[in-house]
Amino acid sequence: MSAASERVHMRESLHAAPSLRLELDAATMRFGGITAVSALDMAIPRGLIAGLIGPNGAGKTTVFNMITGFYTPSSGAIRFNGRAITGLAPHRICKYGIARTFQNIRLFSGLSALQNVMIGSYLRRKSSWWMAPLQLPLVRREAKASFEQAMHLLERLDLADVADQPATALPYGAQRRLEIARALATQPQLLLLDEPAAGMNPQESAELMDLIRGIREDFDLTILLIEHDMKVVMGVCAHIWVLEYGMCIAEGSPDAIRGNPAVIKAYLGEEYDANAQD
Amino acid sequence: MTGARRDCLLNVLLIGLLFFLLHVAEQQLDAYSIRILSLVAVNAILAVSLNLIYGFTGMFSLGHAGFMAIGAYVCALLILSPAQKESMWILEEIQPWLAHLSAPQLFAGLFSDPDMARQLGFLCAVSLGGLAAALCGIVIALPVLRLGGDYLGIATLGFAEIIRVLIVNAASLTNGSLGIKGIPQYATLWWNYGWLLFTLYVIVTLLRSSTGAAFKAVRDDEIAARVMGVNTFYHRVLSFTIGAFFAGVGGALTAALISTIDPKMFNFMLTFNVLMIVVAGGLGSITGSVIGSVVITVMLELLRPVDSFAPGTRMVLFSLLLLGIILFRRKGLMGTREFSWHILFRPRRQQ
Repeated sequence: MSAASERVHMRESLHAAPSLRLELDAATMRFGGITAVSALDMAIPRGLIAGLIGPNGAGKTTVFNMITGFYTPSSGAIRFNGRAITGLAPHRICKYGIARTFQNIRLFSGLSALQNVMIGSYLRRKSSWWMAPLQLPLVRREAKASFEQAMHLLERLDLADVADQPATALPYGAQRRLEIARALATQPQLLLLDEPAAGMNPQESAELMDLIRGIREDFDLTILLIEHDMKVVMGVCAHIWVLEYGMCIAEGSPDAIRGNPAVIKAYLGEEYDANAQD
Repeated sequence: MTGARRDCLLNVLLIGLLFFLLHVAEQQLDAYSIRILSLVAVNAILAVSLNLIYGFTGMFSLGHAGFMAIGAYVCALLILSPAQKESMWILEEIQPWLAHLSAPQLFAGLFSDPDMARQLGFLCAVSLGGLAAALCGIVIALPVLRLGGDYLGIATLGFAEIIRVLIVNAASLTNGSLGIKGIPQYATLWWNYGWLLFTLYVIVTLLRSSTGAAFKAVRDDEIAARVMGVNTFYHRVLSFTIGAFFAGVGGALTAALISTIDPKMFNFMLTFNVLMIVVAGGLGSITGSVIGSVVITVMLELLRPVDSFAPGTRMVLFSLLLLGIILFRRKGLMGTREFSWHILFRPRRQQ
């Protein structure tokens, strides 16, 4: 496809769906003979809190890895704000405005909580590395702005008093919040949360739900989350996709998903059906 | 902000004190002691540059001897006089363009003061030695830095050996295995400590900046760094190249300090010595690298008389000492901690 026709194509897709943040168009991920994600279609409009659920090994995290550029889809396309991001490097995709957290927390262990969050503003810097030894004013301005943004985010996520502590010395729940703060520091439009409620008690998950709704408002975010805690999923998500063996078996509102027989079967197995009929 | 001003003042005072001590040392000490002091500075430059690569960016590199060799040869070739070159190249005729290239003589045309021309020529030669090493750093980094961990170590070790073999075989440039003798000993105490201060300034300000934070992020968790928008490959190449530059500078100063270089000198043991200083001082601590180079350089000299007892005793004792450090302070003398004025002043404030 020539550059010109690609541009036309992009303009068309922009016109077709101006309010869509993220689109997956038959996104497929194959590893050798295994198809981890098979022809997945998703369309997430701006401002939505969406959920991606499914049994273990259904391919949910693979979807995240495709969106954030860690995997290049075997086929299909991914568009962000109407722009194709399929196969771009992760740091580029992050710059376009997609941030994520990890299922197994990945904080920078050698850095303090504050420094972890300050890394987030690094990709929007205008200064270059050689300006630091020259102490150019731009470097100082950016350092100050980065510090202020990070402190603001730490306060918003209730972490201001542990700003100077080593990130990995924080309690588990605080580490999860710190990951969210760090993701927000990249000034994303789309935030991907990979099992944010994992390992949380009911009260903590309730607070998390408030937090997710709150940051959606405050930062004008679109959020896609993977979660096993159904209370959280049903509580915050307006739209849910259900994956099983890499295929989308259902999508819709929480109520529709709750009553969907295919979903119940995927989660509870065939036996449930048999018992129900008895 | 008063804290920043206080630190700045204290830094200036500390540098003043250092210069005063250097002046006293130059007046009072014998040539042997002055040489050890110079070696401390050169080793500190090498250790800090390796620490940037390994301790702060997490790339296990064993190529330091290669970068030092490039720096040393470039510098030596630039400060030798044409007469020296003519008489020394026996194996092969020296390349004609190189035979008359001499940085001090180039500057002699510009400045009437011969000493000024020599010093400027030396400054140029050391800088170019560093730049040549940095250039090689980029060339080696592009294919090799896609590797990680032990693989990177092996690849960089191979690179250093390649450099050595190239030097042996490019006899018309390097005088091959005979090496270069009689290099003018321009690397005075002042030059060595001047370059050390410059190295420390550049690397410390860089590490304190957001770029330094990105280096550490790449070291701690490469995947998370990429998700945070850090171009990890670029930062690894950048850190590696800056480290290579200062390794080249260290090599150049070594050449002008000991006045004789040959390819055998730049073998793995040289890299190992620097690595030892970095690990003993603390991976990820600039302060540790500086303290480590003082301790290890001085210790190696102090233990010299032991060798009269039985040859090799020095290295045995030295190895035991290192074992002790690793057993009792696994993260080196400093761990990842750094010296700061803040730490000195904190206890007083609490009283």
